[in-house]
Amino acid sequence: MTEAVKAKKPRGRARVIPGKCAACGARCQSACPVDCIEMTEAGEPVVSAEKCIGCLKCVKVCPASALEMFFTPEEQKILAELAQAAAPEVDEEELERQRRIAPFRGVWVFVEQNDGEPARVSWELMGSGRSLADSLDVELSAIIIGSGVGKLAQEAFSYGADCAYLIDQPVFARYRTEPYLETMCYLVEKYKPEVVLMGATGMGRDLAGAVATRVKTGLTADCTGLDIDDKRNLMQTRPAFGGNIMATIMCDKYRPQMATVRPHVMPLPERQPNATGRVLPESFAISESSIFSRVLEVITDKSGKDRVDVAGAEFIVSGGRGLMAKENFAILEELAGELGAVVGGSRSAVDAGWLPPDRQVGQTGKTVRPKIYIACGISGAIQHLVGMQDSDVVIAINRDPEAPIFEVATFGIVGDLFDVVPALTTRIRELKQARA
Amino acid sequence: MIVVACIKQVPDTTQVQIDPVTNTLIRDGIPFIVNPYDSHALEESLRLKESHGFRAVALSMGPPNAEATLRKALAAGVDRSILLSDRVFGGADTLSTSNVLAAAIEKLAQEDEIGIVFCGKQTIDGDTAQVGPGIAVRLGFSQLTLVDRIEKIDLAKKTVTVRRKLEGRYEIVEARLPAMITVVRELNRPRYPTVPMRLASAKAQVELWNNEVLKLDVNTVGLKGSPTWVSRIFSPQRSEGEILGDGLKDPVGAALLLVDRLLEKDLLAV
Repeated sequence: MTEAVKAKKPRGRARVIPGKCAACGARCQSACPVDCIEMTEAGEPVVSAEKCIGCLKCVKVCPASALEMFFTPEEQKILAELAQAAAPEVDEEELERQRRIAPFRGVWVFVEQNDGEPARVSWELMGSGRSLADSLDVELSAIIIGSGVGKLAQEAFSYGADCAYLIDQPVFARYRTEPYLETMCYLVEKYKPEVVLMGATGMGRDLAGAVATRVKTGLTADCTGLDIDDKRNLMQTRPAFGGNIMATIMCDKYRPQMATVRPHVMPLPERQPNATGRVLPESFAISESSIFSRVLEVITDKSGKDRVDVAGAEFIVSGGRGLMAKENFAILEELAGELGAVVGGSRSAVDAGWLPPDRQVGQTGKTVRPKIYIACGISGAIQHLVGMQDSDVVIAINRDPEAPIFEVATFGIVGDLFDVVPALTTRIRELKQARA
Repeated sequence: MIVVACIKQVPDTTQVQIDPVTNTLIRDGIPFIVNPYDSHALEESLRLKESHGFRAVALSMGPPNAEATLRKALAAGVDRSILLSDRVFGGADTLSTSNVLAAAIEKLAQEDEIGIVFCGKQTIDGDTAQVGPGIAVRLGFSQLTLVDRIEKIDLAKKTVTVRRKLEGRYEIVEARLPAMITVVRELNRPRYPTVPMRLASAKAQVELWNNEVLKLDVNTVGLKGSPTWVSRIFSPQRSEGEILGDGLKDPVGAALLLVDRLLEKDLLAV
C-alpha cells in the first residue's frame, strides 16, 4: 500500500464567475458529461459542486470565460507539490487534430459573378485572402465558375491571386445552387484548401451554407476580421447579438475553414494590372437535364442609371428619426448635392417610408465604408452602427448629447440638424464659389 | 401534404445593452420574441394551408421555454407545433442545428409528404442565414433563398416558382418540390392571432421531441456536433471623437468649425 502515499492529482470543481456569463445558449451544460449543470431562466448555469468531476470541459467551451476551476486549500497544496515533479504531458488530441488537418493547404476566394460581371466583394476578399495566404505561406487561389468567364482570371491575378481554378461551361451561365454546390464540393474534395472565403451576398450566402453542410465543416458568417493564430487556425471575428458584442469564432478541428464577409467591410486592394498567375482549367461533368431548377427571368431593379448605390458611395449623408418627415430629406439632398454624396438612412427612416429600402444602412440594410458619413438625426442604435462604423470619418449631428452615435463619431455637433445642416451646406457652397 | 415553418425564439437584440463598467451584456428583462423573419415564414405556411389545403407544422429547436414561441404559432393557426429540445442539442452551431431540424422534418415525412419548408432568411441574434441551406442540403430539397414572392405552386408537375430578391435584381426561379424556401419581409404581412384562437392555443399541446424521439448520434448534435466554437467575446473598441462648438447655441459656428476640420484633413474637394 505504499502507492497510496502518492497523492492523486486533485481536479477541482467548476464554478461560475458572477457577472461574466453571456447566456450563450447553454454550451457548458451541453459539454458536461455528468449533467451537473442546470440553466436558470436567464440562461445562466448553476454548477452542482457535489456532482462535478472537474473535467474542465465546461470551462473550455465557455466563450465568455465565465467558468473557472476552484480548489480547496488542501488541494492547492497537493497541486503545488505535484507541479514540482511533473513531466510534460503528450496531448494526443492535438496530435490527432494535426494529422486530420495536415492534407489541407491553401487559401481560396470564390469569385462571384453575374452575367460575367464580377462582384466587387470578391476582390475585397482577395485582399484579405492575400494576407492570410502570406501568413500561412501558401498560395491564394481564385475559384471562377461560370460561362464565358475566362477573362476574370486575369482580374483575379491583378487583385492578388497566385492562380485561378477556372470552370467555364454553359451550364453555369446562371447561378443555381445545385450545380455550383456540386462543383465547389468537387473542387474542395480534390484540392483540399484550408480556408475558403466568399462574399456575404445573396449568392455567396446561398452557396456557402450549402457547401459547408455537404463538406461537414464550419462556416462563419459576416466576418469583420480574419487572422491566423499560431497553430495555422483561422480566427474569425464577427459581431454577435445584433452587433452588441464581438465574437472570435474558431473551426480548428475541421477543414476547410469557411467564412463569408459582407461587401465593403474589407478595403479593396490596389489593382496591379501587370500581375500574372497560373490558370488551372477544370471541368465538372453535369448535364442540364440533371438539374431541377431553372432561372426563368432576371429583372434588373429599376434602370441602372438612376439607381443610387449607397453601399459603394464615397460620401453619404444619412438621416434618421430626427428628420421628422419625408419632406425634410430635402435639406439632406441639398448637402449631398454640394458634397457629391448620396442620401441614406436608418431603419426608422426606411420603416417610416421616408426612404426606399435600398437606402437603408445597418445590419438589416447595407454595410458602408465611405470616406465621410454624415449621420443627421440618427441616435445610433447598435444595428445602425454595425453598418457604418468602419467609415473613414463619421460626422454626427444630433440634439441629444447622450446619443450613442457620438461614440463612433470622429466629429460631433450637438445641435438641431435643421440649423446645422443648412449652415453646413451654405458654408461649403460659399467655399466652392470663392474658388471658382 | 405538409408545409413546415422553422421558427426560432430569439432575444430582442434591439433592446440589448452593454454594461459600460463590466463590458458585459445586460440581459435582465430583455424579452424573447419570434425571430421577425420567421414570423413571415410562419405566415406563408398558413397561407398555403388555406390556399392548398396543406397541413401546417411549426418546428423550433431551443430550450424548454421556447414552448412559448410555439404556442404563438398554434394561436396563429398551425395544425401542429413541435419543440425540438434536449440537453444534447444545446450549444449548437448552424451545422448541428440543421441536423436536428432536418431529422425532425424527415420524421414528419414518414407521416405525409413534405411540400415546402419555410425559414426566415436569417435570425436577428445569429445573422448567419446558414440553417435554411443546411436543411435543404441534408434533405436533398430544392434550395430557394431570399424569396419575396411565391409565383406559382404546381402540385401536378411538383414544381414551385418564386421570385428571389437579390442585390439590384430579382430572379424568377422554377424548382422541383419539395423545396426549402427562405423568406424576406416583403413576402407577406403576418396576421395577428384572433382572441378565440389565442384562447384555444392556451389549451393546445406543444409536442416535445427530444433525442429519444429523433435518435441522432450525439456526436452530430449540439456542441459536440458543432465544428465552430466561440473562443472569445469582447466589446467593440471605439476611439474618442471630438465634439465641435456649441451646436445648440451657435449652429453656424459649429458648422464652420466642422468645415475647417474637414479642410485640414483634406477631406473636402472644394
